[in-house]
This record gives sequence, structure tokens and C-alpha cells, in this order.
Amino acid sequence: MTDLFGTFLRKPAAGAILSLVGVIAFFVIFGGVDLGKLAGAASWVNFAANLGIVAIPVGMLMIAGELDISIGAMIPAGSMTTAIVSGHYELPIAVGMICALGLGVIVGTINGVLANRTTVPSLIITLGTLVAMQGVVLAAAKILTGKASVALTAPDWAKFTFGQLIGGSHQVIILWWIALALVLWFVMHATRYGNWIFAMGGDKDSARNAGIPVRQMTVALFILSATAASFTGMCQAILFNSAQVSGGMNIIFNVIVSVVVGGTLLTGGFGSVAGIFFGTLTFAVVNQGIYFTQIDRNWSNLIIGVMLLVAVAMNENFRTLAMTAVRKKKPA
Amino acid sequence: MADKTPVIELRNVDKSFGPIDVLHEISLKVNEGEVLCLLGDNGAGKSTLIKTLAGVHQPTRGEILLDGQPVRFSRPKQAQEMGIATVHQFGGTFPLMSIGRSFFAGVEPTRGWGPFKVYDRKTANRIAVEAVQNFGITRIDDGDRLVGGLSGGERQSLAIARAVHFGARVLILDEPTAALGVKQAAHVLRIVNEAKRRGLAVIFITHQVMHAMAVGDHFAVLIRGAIAADFRKGEKTREEIADLMAGGESMADLESSIEGYMESHDGHVPPPVH
Repeated sequence: MTDLFGTFLRKPAAGAILSLVGVIAFFVIFGGVDLGKLAGAASWVNFAANLGIVAIPVGMLMIAGELDISIGAMIPAGSMTTAIVSGHYELPIAVGMICALGLGVIVGTINGVLANRTTVPSLIITLGTLVAMQGVVLAAAKILTGKASVALTAPDWAKFTFGQLIGGSHQVIILWWIALALVLWFVMHATRYGNWIFAMGGDKDSARNAGIPVRQMTVALFILSATAASFTGMCQAILFNSAQVSGGMNIIFNVIVSVVVGGTLLTGGFGSVAGIFFGTLTFAVVNQGIYFTQIDRNWSNLIIGVMLLVAVAMNENFRTLAMTAVRKKKPA
Repeated sequence: MADKTPVIELRNVDKSFGPIDVLHEISLKVNEGEVLCLLGDNGAGKSTLIKTLAGVHQPTRGEILLDGQPVRFSRPKQAQEMGIATVHQFGGTFPLMSIGRSFFAGVEPTRGWGPFKVYDRKTANRIAVEAVQNFGITRIDDGDRLVGGLSGGERQSLAIARAVHFGARVLILDEPTAALGVKQAAHVLRIVNEAKRRGLAVIFITHQVMHAMAVGDHFAVLIRGAIAADFRKGEKTREEIADLMAGGESMADLESSIEGYMESHDGHVPPPVH
């Protein structure tokens, strides 16, 4: 039994699952939350899905030792592109979708190539593309449409696949999130590509020496995160029938908090898709679940801040545990 | 002995970076089952020489021969494919990965087909553990253990076992014992002897004369990018080698001057000279 618990503690997801349980317990005890009501509510699940689709690729990048914050601009860029192409210019929705996702591929490629070619940390590179893309979206919206908000009417099939409200409340993007999580879990933990990503985060030079195509993998991961972001934006535009020029700065912090609470090591080389999944859920429960409590919602940021600090401390602890615990089992 | 074709040979290799000459006319030979110890102080050009052997740098002049055939590597990968493996000071392994995963990084065994090719954890762990145990490290018995939980010597051994498993014929060990304690270093030296017994050509870079003498068949001392001495086992004493490495300045002289200073200054050591 203790052995089983020890094995669980050594998993990167352990911290996230424990925080999720802790936060829910806290809300139930001190906030008087009706668990059934919370479980049935759509708000936090919708919030988690929109966050989670971006958080998993960003987390994979972090495991590989990189960071992508340009996603903050790519979500509005994805929704604006869809709305401008298919709403303002009235081209078929498929064209708008291809343009939105294509933009993600282009920006991701730029990020990846710059990360490979320069020694500039990817935080700075993607800060550059973040600000640049915000400029592009604003300027393009103004020049092309003259408006800051663009309407879009999506045909039924697109609405059904990307912008449906299941049961009138749950966004269909939840299913996309779960599907993406399953696929990326498989890639990360069951295929050789996952092993390459962990190796890259562990030691990039050794990974290259071992024959891992580090450059190609880096570009692929940046494309994945930028495209996931523009996909989220595209779904939002189709759901809300319009796209607005917006900042999207908050999402950057939300994503990073989710990934770190999910047990990913900031320095790379350690983490898991399951951890990021539960990290996102925890974040969403704190952020949205607070409305179900008698606690003033302004406190939610305090909880998130404390949770983040605890998570980082725990990650360090788990890392040491993961590296040493198995040794102690053996009598010397 | 002399008429055997060396596994790897350098003939008059020069390496310059722009106007700066780092290596001058380096000629070396390593036979099968032989350990060449490359000794030299920091900055003597050891790293450049290793990188030239490993395909990171190309020689400016001179040639590298593998089994008597001239070769030229444009990439480190190419050198690896021809059986030249480099193991660095910290083992070049991934501390947060399991032994099995780290061992097979880049060449993971898979089972299944098409997009469902799954990393074969069991096979990877079994082969990795077997390979390391064959080198006499019996304490490694669980492939799921994280590399970071191993001692420095075990990590080195894992890296050497990995190189040998993937067909290395020339093993370049870059200061494998530098960061290790006495016991751990002895561990690594045993592994080096085992690699030698298996017929590998080993190039062992170190500045610890004791370690070199424990495994070396052949010694070369590098000073300011040139080979200052080249001798076989038993031809020189430990003191002579240490003196050579210090650049000809006799270690004994240095010691006596320090002792003299301490006597006249109440046991204080002399201030460092810059």
C-alpha cells in the first residue's frame, strides 16, 4: 500500500491531482459548495477546455526545454482570421479555417526556426512574435474591415463540429480537448517521439549526439502550440458568431500556471500530459468554481498564486524524490 | 605489434581556428584492445583534439585514418556511425529519464505497426540492464530507475555500456574520472579495462596521472597543442609524467619552493601568482 502511494507520488501528475482534491475539499468545507451542482456546471469545464487545448502543447514545449508565449496573440489571431476570411469576405468556412490553422503553422515555424538558429531564449523569441502578431491582427482588422469586431455566420456542419453547445451549455471544444489530450498522451508516453522530447529537455546536446532530430522536433512542437492556439480561436469565432480584437494576455499566465501546477519542471525534462490535464482542471475549478462558493471571487487569484508557489516547491521535491526514492528501497 | 593496422590513426593533424593554431602536427595511433591515455593540463588542446576525432571539427591539415583508410567526418553523427563514440565527463545521459529510456534515446525499440508503434519499455529495460551488468555493474537491476538516482561512476558506466552496445569500436572518454571520488573512479577504471578486454580502442583523456597509469598501455602528453611526449607503459615514472604535464617545470622544484616559503612565513602558503 505504501509502495503504491510512493509510486503515485513519483508521478509528475501527483501534485496536480492532490491540488485538485485539495481545492475541491477547500471549496466544500469553507465555501459551502454543492458538489453535485459544481460537477454539473458547464462554466469551469468550458474554461478548462479552452485553456487545456493550448496548455498541453505548451507543456510539451516546456518538457522539451522551450517556452511559447506567442499563443496569447495566436488565439485572437485564429478567431480574427476565420471571421475576416469567412465573415467579412464571405469565403467558404473551410477556407477561413485553413487560413487560421495555416497562420498557426507559419508563426510556429518562425518561432521554431528562430529558436534553432539563434541562442536567444524562446521566451524572448515568442515575446517578439506575440507582440508582432498582436500588431498584425489589429492592423489587418482595421485595414481590411475597418472594425474591431467582425461577424461570422458559420454553416451548420462547422457549427456542429467546432461551435456546438452540447445540452445547451457544454462547448463541443471539450471533446476536442479530451481527444487531443488522449492523442498527445499517447505520443508523449508511448511513442519514441515522446522519449525524444524528454531527452531534448534533459540535455539538448546529448540528445543531438544521440541522433535525435532536435531541430525538426523543436519546429514541430512550436507549430503544434501555435496551431492549437489558432484552433481554439477558430472554435471561439464559430461558437460566438463573431471575433473581437482582444489582448489575450491573461491566457498566457493561465496556461503557464496550469502547466506548472500540472507538475512540469520549468527547466524541462520532466512532466506529463496527464499532469497538465489535471493542472488545467485544477486551475479551472479555482477560477470558475469560486462562483459556486460564498467566498468573494476576488480571492481566487490568491488561491492560484499560493497554489503555483506550492506546486513549484512540490515539483522540486518530487524531482528529488523521483531520483532518490528507489535507491532507499534497497538495503545497502 | 607494430605491423598491425591501428583502428584509428592521426597523421600530422593540425587544427587552426582562424589565425590561432590549436593543434600542431598531432600523430597518434591506437590499436585494438589498447588504451591510449591522453594527458594534458587545462587548455592544452585536449578538447579540441577530442572534437576533431568525434567529427565536431575537421582537421585543417593532416588526416585521420580508420582501419588504415583515410576518413573525413563532416558531422559528429558520421563519426558515430563509423564507430567512434565519445563519453563526456557527466556521462551525456538524461538525469530525469529512466535507465531504459536514456539508454535507447534516439534508437528506441518499438513494437506494433504504423502510427501505433509503441515504445517497448520491457525490451528497452531488459537490454539496458543486461548491457550494464555485462560490464560488471550488478547494482543496476531496474531499468525503470531514473539515471539521476545513479552515482557518478554508475552513470559513466552506463554511458560506456551504451556506446559499446551500439557498436562503438573507438571509445573516447573525456575526463570520465574527473568529478568522481576514489571508489567511483576505480569503478570506471574497471569498466575501461573491460572495454579494452573486449577489443575496443580506447582514448582516455585525463589529467590524473594515477588513473592513467592504472589502465594505459600507451601515453601521450599534450602541451600547448603539441605532443610533448609519447611513450609506452613502464617507460616513465609517475613523477616524470606529472612534470611533463606541468610543462617541464619540475613538480619537485615547485614543491620545495612552496615548502621554503611556508617555513619562512609561519606556515602560510605563498600568494597565488597570476
